[in-house]
Amino acid sequence: MVNIIWVALFVIGIVFAMFNGTMDQVNKAVFDGAKEAVAICIGLISVLVFWLGLMKVAEKGGILRGLSRIMGPVVRKLFPDVPKEHPAMGYILSNMSANLFGLGNAATPMGIKAMEELKRLNDGKDEASRSMITLLAINTASITLIPTTVISLRLNYGSVSPTEIVGTTIVATACSTAGAILIDRYFHFRRMQKKRG
Amino acid sequence: MQWITYLSLWIIPLLIAFILVVATIKKVPTYETFVEGAKEGVSMAFSVIPYLVGMLVAISVFRESGAMDFFIDLLRPALAAVGIPADIVPLAMIRPLSGTGALGMTSDLIATHGPDSFIGRLASTMQGSTDTTFYVLTVYFGAVGIKKMGDALKVGLLADVIGILAAITVVTLVFG
Repeated sequence: MVNIIWVALFVIGIVFAMFNGTMDQVNKAVFDGAKEAVAICIGLISVLVFWLGLMKVAEKGGILRGLSRIMGPVVRKLFPDVPKEHPAMGYILSNMSANLFGLGNAATPMGIKAMEELKRLNDGKDEASRSMITLLAINTASITLIPTTVISLRLNYGSVSPTEIVGTTIVATACSTAGAILIDRYFHFRRMQKKRG
Repeated sequence: MQWITYLSLWIIPLLIAFILVVATIKKVPTYETFVEGAKEGVSMAFSVIPYLVGMLVAISVFRESGAMDFFIDLLRPALAAVGIPADIVPLAMIRPLSGTGALGMTSDLIATHGPDSFIGRLASTMQGSTDTTFYVLTVYFGAVGIKKMGDALKVGLLADVIGILAAITVVTLVFG
């Protein structure tokens, strides 16, 4: 699936450029795209280093365990494959809480850490497990209570009420998260049926 | 609504203070533990590079060749027929592909139509309510070396469709 989409993006783009006379831009896009990707990763270093360090302190201090004890029951239903006291649970919960408060910078390191633990649970295989797909689905739908970036953007453009979109955003994000979970479940059961024959 | 601005300003510093104070009470060697955990961050960021370079080059070739605009124009009448405003279609299409692209487009829409117009509110809601699926997928799986993504991409993109439709419906009901 990913392989096909990846090749399709290139081939459609390049064939299009042949007829559209945009070969110049395509050449530029190859180098600019690569440069942008590396710049993003370099930017990620600072965020990852700080939050992974702090998360380690939180883990050793028992805060992650406390968090999974309080919020665990609900989230455990979403991740039935993850054992109750497994460290993955704490990271999944901190990832979801960070997303909830619009702390995108903090959410990414915690999500990656959760993925790492889930990979360990999956015997270190290089394929996505059921729990990994669920975590990813929740993150792409990004449950948010406070969309901080958008609020500051609206403020900059002189909105009378920059926060008036908070309500609509919460409803929209709740719909997409619920949708993501349902679709994820549907695909999981389809996989199970295929496996059975 | 002033409290939301305060909350977003206070929450990270308070979280840091909370973690450090609790860990100190629990007799954790905080600084050493921090450094130990932080070390992983460097290698993690570097392991994302190949995945993100591969994905972003493909997306920017697709976008810069004009292919993306072509497909957007192709879909525009069909989407307009179901009540999706034409101005918002490019944003809806680019949102799952490119975070910076979508943010740029949202600013552009807010700048031209005004933040308190219907389009401005819709763009704001859309920008806030879903994340860049391709980016999340690439970074999360890339950092831990997952190569076979399974159904993850399909699930993510379908959820985006739901999010976009939900944003349009809700904004129309509330502000329309």
